[in-house]
Amino acid sequence: MRYEAPTTTKEAAKLLAKEKGAAHLLAGGTDLLVRMKGGFIEPDLVVDIKRIPATQSIQKTASGFTIGAGVSCASVGRDKGLGKAWPGVVEAAMLIGSDQIQGRCTMAGNLCNASPAADSVPAMVAARAKAVVVGPKGKRTVPVEKIVTGPGATSLKKGELVEAIKLPKPEARSGDAYLRFIPRTEMDIAVCSAGVNLTLGAGGVVKKARVALGAVAPTVVLVPAAARAIVGTKLDDAALEKLAKTCEAACNPIDDKRGTVEFRTQVAGVLAKRAAKIAYQRAGGK
Amino acid sequence: MAEAFDTSYTDQEFTVIGNRTLRPDGVDKVTGRARYGADATAPGQLVGLILRSPHAHAKIKKIDTSKAEKLPGVKAVLTSADLPDLTNGNRGNYDILENCMARDRALYDGHAVAAVAATDMETAKQALKLIKVSYKKLPHVTDVDAAMQDSAPIVQPHIKKADDQTQSTNIANVSTFGHGDVEAGFAAADYIVEESFKTEQTHQGYIEPHACLASVGPDGQGELWVTTQGHFTFRSVCSDLLGMDIAKLKVTSSEIGGGFGGKTHVWIEPVALALSRKCNRPVKMTMTRDEVFRATGPTASTSMDIKVGATKDGRITAATAHIRYQDGAFPGIWGMLGAMTAFACYDLENCQSVGYDVLVNRPKVAAYRAPSAPMAAFGVESCMDLMAEKVGMSPVDFRLKNAAQEGTRASYGPTYGPIGIGATLRAVKNHPHMRARLGKNQGRGMACGFWFNFGGQTCVDMNIGTDGTVNLTVGTVDVGGARASMGMIAAEELGIPYEDVKVTVGDTTSLGHNDTTEGSRGTFSSGMATIFAARNAVEELKARAAQTWDIDIGDVAWEDGQAIAKGVKGSNLPPLSLKELAKASPRTGGPIAGHNEVVADGAGVSFASHICDVEVDPETGATKILRYTVVQDAGKAIHPDYVEGQMQGAAAQGIGWALNEEYIYGDDGTLQNAGFLDYRIPVCSDLPMIDTKILEIPNPNHPYGIRGVGETSIVPPLAAIASAVSNAVGVRMTHTPMSPPRILKAINEAK
Repeated sequence: MRYEAPTTTKEAAKLLAKEKGAAHLLAGGTDLLVRMKGGFIEPDLVVDIKRIPATQSIQKTASGFTIGAGVSCASVGRDKGLGKAWPGVVEAAMLIGSDQIQGRCTMAGNLCNASPAADSVPAMVAARAKAVVVGPKGKRTVPVEKIVTGPGATSLKKGELVEAIKLPKPEARSGDAYLRFIPRTEMDIAVCSAGVNLTLGAGGVVKKARVALGAVAPTVVLVPAAARAIVGTKLDDAALEKLAKTCEAACNPIDDKRGTVEFRTQVAGVLAKRAAKIAYQRAGGK
Repeated sequence: MAEAFDTSYTDQEFTVIGNRTLRPDGVDKVTGRARYGADATAPGQLVGLILRSPHAHAKIKKIDTSKAEKLPGVKAVLTSADLPDLTNGNRGNYDILENCMARDRALYDGHAVAAVAATDMETAKQALKLIKVSYKKLPHVTDVDAAMQDSAPIVQPHIKKADDQTQSTNIANVSTFGHGDVEAGFAAADYIVEESFKTEQTHQGYIEPHACLASVGPDGQGELWVTTQGHFTFRSVCSDLLGMDIAKLKVTSSEIGGGFGGKTHVWIEPVALALSRKCNRPVKMTMTRDEVFRATGPTASTSMDIKVGATKDGRITAATAHIRYQDGAFPGIWGMLGAMTAFACYDLENCQSVGYDVLVNRPKVAAYRAPSAPMAAFGVESCMDLMAEKVGMSPVDFRLKNAAQEGTRASYGPTYGPIGIGATLRAVKNHPHMRARLGKNQGRGMACGFWFNFGGQTCVDMNIGTDGTVNLTVGTVDVGGARASMGMIAAEELGIPYEDVKVTVGDTTSLGHNDTTEGSRGTFSSGMATIFAARNAVEELKARAAQTWDIDIGDVAWEDGQAIAKGVKGSNLPPLSLKELAKASPRTGGPIAGHNEVVADGAGVSFASHICDVEVDPETGATKILRYTVVQDAGKAIHPDYVEGQMQGAAAQGIGWALNEEYIYGDDGTLQNAGFLDYRIPVCSDLPMIDTKILEIPNPNHPYGIRGVGETSIVPPLAAIASAVSNAVGVRMTHTPMSPPRILKAINEAK
């Protein structure tokens, strides 16, 4: 196995493109190293992207935030500006793993690992986050929901990597929230989850909304019907009930060691309601 | 034969016992200096790895090891052919041999089929890949009820039906206990409660995986460094299986990172020794977590039917229990223990408990802290709550009315001496926890538990240094503070400071046989032997003083760590301290020592009663433990910190078992959650501080009144939590773990 630590994204892309064997990207390593130690993968090439300056910082711009692919979730959690703008995304990132894992794991890694249960992804999807993809043919910016195509599978082509995650500048009177269900209080994987991002109009009425669910389908699901269920309402009980029902209808989960189809479906609706209420409050709704 | 000492309880005043002294292993454990199973190395050591069956049940048609043997760096490859059957008709030993290395069939997912020893990990891993095993998959069964059906695949064909020796069966044993006439008892009842329960399989979840370093020389002499609860037992079993002389296999127990019963059995150790014997190089083996889950000894899953009858005024007239324990692929005594413990808390005129030991294609079940009792208590105690409700009594009052007491004939046979069930129940009844207010979606439960506690063979050695400090060598592995407790007992008896005693767990060449640290026997039995060894040493100290003073030994007394001359001749003699006598010992007859070997008899039974408050989220089924109180009879708490730690630890394991821990098997019979991510033991933030109350009802059969304390408190939690959850959600929960999906389903079905 070869280990490379290039200093530019372009160089990293070139290394990945050239490799004939199994090439893997190393950011935080909290998924990659575990899989290697468990004997599930045997890479021929590991490309460490942490020496690339572009991956190492959180930039605040006029249009929003750019979070480097190598930025740890602990750093995301410490960024006050980000926490104020996107509290739901930040709390999602902060739920990954344990304190120790937090020091290494990254949001881009969480995305590209392509688990349906990835905590930061539903929150990013709800927040209209985009991934900056660099490859042999240059740079493109892709909505995060277009990156993951199935469990462990992404739309990234050979030689492509995610250099950063972009979050837009939040609209006035907007708020986001993320909730997941785990049987324990920490150090666990979401059995199901919900991210909600909404913007209020006059009189506290929901003007725009995005609802995304995790661990209830092969990929994170964006549920436009759930958004429609609450747009134009002040999150009254009937609207919340409709939100839960539309979420349940969007679920296509599996029975496995972490939960049943029935449980995931029902609880996804419950979490969406609860996350919507938090997001509503954060947006200034009463 | 050793001098006989009186083992009966004497109500003596203590100066050291009962204090919270510093733990002797604390500094080593927090600095990393402590050496666990995987912390030993030897010159030229090899890495040993095991190839395991990916199938739940399969015939092993052929194992081709030729490619692995040719790989450079591979020093030994082993299959069952290298482990000839030397068990000479001892089926128990044959089962151990077959479990350590599959013979003609792989009996469960994870069953060892071959092993290698190589110069490094990479080579050993590659060698495993080069071993080609041809399997023929066979039908499998993993559920205990399914395994009892006549049509079920047979796990051990040599086990035949009791009434038909031509038919094989998975029911290895049926054990029945009880007395009276249960039919007449039920006929006399005003109310009957009848309910069925299930518990899923759980693992002890010790953090340290099994690990050992084995070394056998060309002369056949061997050494084994191993994490174990009983190195003497490991020595006996390994020497039996491998045809070695007991005296020529030296087994040293490492520090142990948790055992809870799972380290009372051998798993990788005979394989490591056999690999080493084959290549005459030291072989180190360390299990991965995946291997620990798939191929060591979890506890049984169960299925049971409980029936209780009572009169209107709350007196139980009859009770029956039929409890089916799955033993994994090899028969055990789990059904028997479960049947014995089921009704042990109660004074019953008519009772019958039947335990079934059932074989399935899962790993061999091992002991887990009060083995078999928690499941039986889950069913029985849940029914006690249901009956209390029917007769309109509080759960505590109903139990108090029916509790066993001194003189009660226990459901499993013996007549009780002084016992603590009533006292623990009264303490629960008067505890402020029982009166604390509950909020919305909250519920409270309480339950009782029993454990026998064991005694058995023990042997200790005490040697007094010339500076007056004392070495105490014990043979029971320290799994729960034994070194501190033994040091305190030695200091108490000798009348010297606790700090002057150093306690060591000796290897198998330094002491006679000691039974394994199991059955909460360590403090009871080694404590007894330590008292007698110290008294033995005191006799010698008195003899040296008598010799020094030239008076009769009968005129020497031992008080506060010094010899006092009594009588006319000794009236002007200043006392001789232990330090002075020790310093003079080279000139008065040489080293001063004490020794004792004993079969400690009369381990006092122990009872506990627990109270638990929970809050259940009605929309997700998630349970939060709000408050938890343990009341337990310890006989005498030698070191209260450790006793409280045992009570809290047992409750914590019970909470995990009750709420989330379970072995999950796929339809293909393979284990789906062989790791701590999806086998969910509680994390710190899942638990409240667990309150404890130690009661001390002396065991009449021990000089200090000691009873075992390690196990009893894992017995009540399943039932206490089940009642609390049931009270919170309004639906009786009858299946553990009460995971969120199970609770939510029960809530939905009740709507």
